[in-house]
Amino acid sequence: MTDAPLLQVENLAVEFRSGGAWHRAVRGVDLAVHRNETLAVVGESGSGKSVTALAAMGLVPKETGRIVEGSRIRLEGRDLVGLSERELDRVRGDRMAMIFQEPMTALNPTMTVGAQVSETLRAHRGLGAEAARREALRVLELVKVPSAARRLADYPHQFSGGMRQRVMIAMALACQPAVLLADEPTTALDVTIQAQVLALLEDLKREYGLAVLFITHNLGVVALIADRVAVMYAGEIVETGTAAALFDSPRHPYTEALLRSMPRVDRDIGALEPIQGNVPSIREIGAGCAFAPRCPHAQDRCRAERPTLADDGAGRGVRCWVRGLA
Amino acid sequence: MSAVPVAADAPRGWTRRFRSNPTSWFGLALIVAVVLAAVFAPWIWPVDPLEQDIVERLVAPSMAHPLGTDTYGRDVLARLLHAARISLVIGVAAIALALVVGSAIGIAAGYLGGWFDAAVTSLLDVLLSFPTLLLGLMVVAMLGPSIENLVIAIALTELAPFARVARAPTIALKGRDFVEAGRALGFSDLRLVVVHIVPNLLSEVVVVASLWLAAAIRTEASLSFIGLGVKPPTPTWGGMIREGFENILDAPWLAVAPGFAILVTVLALNLLGDGLRDAIDPKVRRD
Repeated sequence: MTDAPLLQVENLAVEFRSGGAWHRAVRGVDLAVHRNETLAVVGESGSGKSVTALAAMGLVPKETGRIVEGSRIRLEGRDLVGLSERELDRVRGDRMAMIFQEPMTALNPTMTVGAQVSETLRAHRGLGAEAARREALRVLELVKVPSAARRLADYPHQFSGGMRQRVMIAMALACQPAVLLADEPTTALDVTIQAQVLALLEDLKREYGLAVLFITHNLGVVALIADRVAVMYAGEIVETGTAAALFDSPRHPYTEALLRSMPRVDRDIGALEPIQGNVPSIREIGAGCAFAPRCPHAQDRCRAERPTLADDGAGRGVRCWVRGLA
Repeated sequence: MSAVPVAADAPRGWTRRFRSNPTSWFGLALIVAVVLAAVFAPWIWPVDPLEQDIVERLVAPSMAHPLGTDTYGRDVLARLLHAARISLVIGVAAIALALVVGSAIGIAAGYLGGWFDAAVTSLLDVLLSFPTLLLGLMVVAMLGPSIENLVIAIALTELAPFARVARAPTIALKGRDFVEAGRALGFSDLRLVVVHIVPNLLSEVVVVASLWLAAAIRTEASLSFIGLGVKPPTPTWGGMIREGFENILDAPWLAVAPGFAILVTVLALNLLGDGLRDAIDPKVRRD
């Protein structure tokens, strides 16, 4: 990589308070997303992937959660950890934006679609009503909302789920951010619409050179859009690499198990194998590898000592004592 | 694409539910009649409500005086119509004040949460524990009887319901996805509250306003009845009942006519408010 990453997360740790004690939901995550690149973060529910994205946006709920000291979140070189809410408000929606899972509820039912897309522009660019409306129309056409000019005055309930997700993307991209975080943006859509929205995101990424951090649990989606993949388990990254490398030769037992539990059309993998057991709760992670209790290759060392993320220097990393790159 | 059918939960749906409810229509028609009567009082019955006539005292209803005259020979119909103006203006002004201030307090408490919310909620509980009339009475006694003070007193008695009604949906709305999405787009707290939260709880606050407007009019009448309301000779319904009360056996129309006016107005507002609530409250929706 010649250019510096647009979004770089270093040693990110996030804690939540539960029953009087602080528990780590994210334990030392390092991520980097470059211009014109999609990094998919994959993991089961509770693996900390959504919390990672929320933390990057500075949206960890203050009452119950906090980013641990020593974490770094660099957006275009600028560290966001420790910025005030006002400073974060200026960055969010302008240089970095996020789209969410539920297009049905993520739009304000009392505002027209045109007004909602305009609002981002008015808040960050200080545009007047008419200029913002024109710009909103341009962005809605960009995300391929049919007859956008006529639909500016429509309310969200008059849009289908796929169209609403396009409106959300339009709101997020209105100010042409450098980084887009997408938290399972297609999970609530049916498969054909899902493919359309993914294709749209891919087009927009190329056109604007966006850095996209794509959170999902759907490996099919990953195969479709990801340049690089980071697999998360119990709040840490267990394996990273290019999408091709990861799908062809998974190293970490968890990645392997994940791939074996997913049906594939491109090759015969025999019977699907579910992963035995459950993701450990954040309260019961011991000293060793978090996956050890479910791992078929686990040894004594795995249970005693937390493995490090061994890196081959070319973007491939595996956090495992047994099957690591060393 | 534009022919997408309107969903059942569409924001416009409640107007249809309201329109199909005959009782709320009746309430609306009554209240419109009262308002028109108040606005056009001098043209409907062009008689001076303050003009005394010592000869024509306590005259029974007749063609010249459809509702009779009072102790000072003043025409009761003219006084009734002009009193409607005072009562409605005071009621609406007090409700508007309570709505704005009360909702602002409730939204602030719900949005900010924490100790501020706890403090405000307990203060509201204290305010609610006073009977409406007693609270209004104390405030007017402290401030002195004038129309402005009456408005302030009545508004104060109805602050708590508005604050409560605005607080609950604020708490629900601030966790909704579109508010969270707005935060992710870098919207300030003020923008989130004004642009995204307020429009979504407005309908609930308006319903409360229509129901409590009736209470405001009743409170005004009660205070005037006790003699802490608008000063004579300005006609008010409560004041007219008090004056008529002294002659209730000889000239019952003096107390009955303003009493009936209050009854009709309060009934109309309650019917209207119930209709609005039924139309908006998802728990009583039938379709």
